[in-house]
Amino acid sequence: MYKNFFRYLISAIFLLGLSVNSNADFKVGFVYVGPTGDHGWTFQHHEGRNAVEAAGIKTTFVESVPEGADAERVIRQLAQSGHDLIFTTSFGYMDPTNKVAKDFPNVKFEHATGYKREHSNVSTYSARFYEGRTLLGHIAGKMTKTNTIGYIASFPIPEVIRGINAMTLAAQKVNPNIKTKIVWVFTWYDPGKEAEAAQALIDQGADIIMQHTDSTAPVQTAEKAGVWSFGQASDMQRFAPKSILTSIIDDWAPYYVERAIAARDGTWNQQDTWHGLKEGMVAMGPYNSAMGADLVKEVEQLQKDLASGKVHSFTGPIYDQKGNILVAEGKVADDGMLAGMNVYVKGVEGDIPK
Amino acid sequence: MSLDISFIGILIGSIMASSVPLILAASGELITERSGVLNLGVEGMMIIGAISGFALMVITDNLFIAIVGTMLSGVIISLIFGFLTQSLLTNHVATGLALTIFGIGLSAMLGKNFVGIPGKEFPILFSSLRESIPFFGPILFGHSIVLYFAFALPFLTNYFLKKTKLGLVVRAVGDSPVSASNQGINVILVRYCCILYGGAMCGLAGAYLSLIYTPQWIENMTAGRGWIALALVVFATWSPIKVLIGALIFGGITILQLHMQAIGFRIPVQFLSALPYLMTIIVLVVISRDSRKIKLNTPTSLGRIFYKEK
Repeated sequence: MYKNFFRYLISAIFLLGLSVNSNADFKVGFVYVGPTGDHGWTFQHHEGRNAVEAAGIKTTFVESVPEGADAERVIRQLAQSGHDLIFTTSFGYMDPTNKVAKDFPNVKFEHATGYKREHSNVSTYSARFYEGRTLLGHIAGKMTKTNTIGYIASFPIPEVIRGINAMTLAAQKVNPNIKTKIVWVFTWYDPGKEAEAAQALIDQGADIIMQHTDSTAPVQTAEKAGVWSFGQASDMQRFAPKSILTSIIDDWAPYYVERAIAARDGTWNQQDTWHGLKEGMVAMGPYNSAMGADLVKEVEQLQKDLASGKVHSFTGPIYDQKGNILVAEGKVADDGMLAGMNVYVKGVEGDIPK
Repeated sequence: MSLDISFIGILIGSIMASSVPLILAASGELITERSGVLNLGVEGMMIIGAISGFALMVITDNLFIAIVGTMLSGVIISLIFGFLTQSLLTNHVATGLALTIFGIGLSAMLGKNFVGIPGKEFPILFSSLRESIPFFGPILFGHSIVLYFAFALPFLTNYFLKKTKLGLVVRAVGDSPVSASNQGINVILVRYCCILYGGAMCGLAGAYLSLIYTPQWIENMTAGRGWIALALVVFATWSPIKVLIGALIFGGITILQLHMQAIGFRIPVQFLSALPYLMTIIVLVVISRDSRKIKLNTPTSLGRIFYKEK
C-alpha cells in the first residue's frame, strides 16, 4: 500500500513539475565571471541584462562564478530551474556550457567569446574588440614619449593575444620604434594586483598603460603616476579624468534583447555572431582633448574606416616574432585565423605563456 | 631598464606599500590565535572594513571618522564571531568560514551605491622629503600614516606578548585555558577582547585597500588577501616579527615578478606567478625550523572550544 502511495506521490510531483515548467514565463539566465559592480566587463553584461529586463522579459543572474567546475554546476542549476535561454559570459565557460547544453536540448545557450558550438542549442557571440585596440594602438603610438607601451594581460587566450597584436600593429604603423611590454597577471579581476602590474610597467618606462583586465585600478594608478591610460570594457573616464585617452566600451544590450526576444518567439537559431564597431557592439568612449584636435580627427576617421570595412585591423604583410609571414601583403586575416590567434606579431617582446 | 640606486629605493617603497594589508590583518589574527581562537573570517572582516572605510569617507569626507569607523566595523563583525564561538560555543572553523562568506555578501550589498564613485586622495606624509633624498626618500617617506602604523605593529605586538602582563595572560589563555581559568583569569573575556582586536586590525587592512592603495570600492576587492594573511600567521609560527618578514617577502616577490615580466626575463610566467607563494613558504619554514621555539609559540589550545564548568 505504501508502495503505491509513494508511486502516486512521485508521479504527482512529476506532473506538478511539468505543469509548472510549461506554464512558467519565459526566463533568461546570466552567468557572470565577476561581480556586477566591477565597472568593467561584468558591469557591461549586466547593463545588457537590464535592457532585456526592460524589454519585459524575466531574467536572473549569478555573479562571480569561477571558470571551471563551479561554472558547470551553476549553469546546470539555471537550466534545471526553468530558464529557457542562458548567457554564459566568459571564455572559460566554454566547455561547461557545451556539456550542460547536451543534457538540456530544450534550453538555448549563448556563450560569449568562445568558439565551440558542439550542440544545436549553443550559439556563440563576441565583439571585435580588436578594432578598438587598433584605435588605441594608433593613439598610443602618437602619444608615447618613451616609445614604451605597458600592457596588463589576463590569460593567454586568443582574445587577449589578438588585442595585443592589433594594438602593436597599429602603433608600429605610426611609430616604428614602439615597444610593447606585457605583464601577465593571471586574473581577470584583482584590483590590487592590477595596480601593482601597472606600477611595475610605469617603473619600467611605460608612459602608456593598457589593460585587458576588468577593474579600474590600472587607470587610477596611471592617473597618480601622470601617464596615459585607456579604459577597458566600460567608460572609465571618471576614475582617471586626466589620464584616460579613451575607452573601449562593450555594448551587449541590443544583442541580448534581440536574442531573448527571438528565443521567446521561437525564432532563435544557432549562430556565431562577431560584431564590431559597425554594429555598435564595440564603441569608443569620449576622446581626451589632451590628444589634440588633429589626432582626434585622425582617430575618428580611422574609426569610421574600420566600421565601414575600408581598413582592417590585420592587414598584411604581418610577420610573427621569428619573421615568418602570417598574412601576405594585400590580404587581411580571416575570421578563423583571428579566432585562433596564438602567436605574437613581430615587435612584441617576450613569449606567450604556455 | 635602469637599475640605479634610486630606482631600487622606489621599488622597496612600493613593496612596502603592497605588504601593508597583509601585515595588519596577520598581526591582528596573530593575537586572536595566540588566545586560542582560530578565526577564518579574516577575508570577510577585511572586505567589511574596505566598504565601511570607503562609505564613511564618501559620506563624511573625514579621514579620522573613516579610519576609526572602519576599525569599529571590524569590531562589530568580529563580535558576531565572538558571540557565536565564545558564548554559544560553536565550532571555530565553521563559524569563521561562515563569517567570510557573510562578509563578502554583506559588503556587496552595502556597497551597491558606492560602486563607480572615485575615491579621494589620502594624504601622505613627508612627500617633499621623498623626492629630495635619493634611495632612502621613497623608502622612509611619502607614505600614509597607516603604513607607518603597520610597520610598527609587529614590534608592538612582539613587545606586548613577551614583555607585558596582559600579553602573558593572552598566551596563557591560548595555551591552557583551563589552568588560566583556575588562576582566576576570565578566559572568555580575554578571548572576546582578542577577537575584537583582530577584527579591528582586519577592518583597517581592508580600509587600506579601499582608501589608500586603490582608492575605490569594488566588490570582492580584497581578492583573497585575507587567506594569505591567515597562512602567513601559521607559516610564521605565530611570531609577529616573522609575520612582518613573510609579508614583505610575499609583497616583494609579487612586485618583483611583475617587474621581471616587464623587463622580459625568459622565465615561464606561470612559475613567476607561483613564486611569491613558494618563496614565502620556503623562507618562513627555513627561518622557523627550530622546533623548540615553534612549540613555545604555538597556542596549544588553538581552535578548541572552552567552556567553564559551573
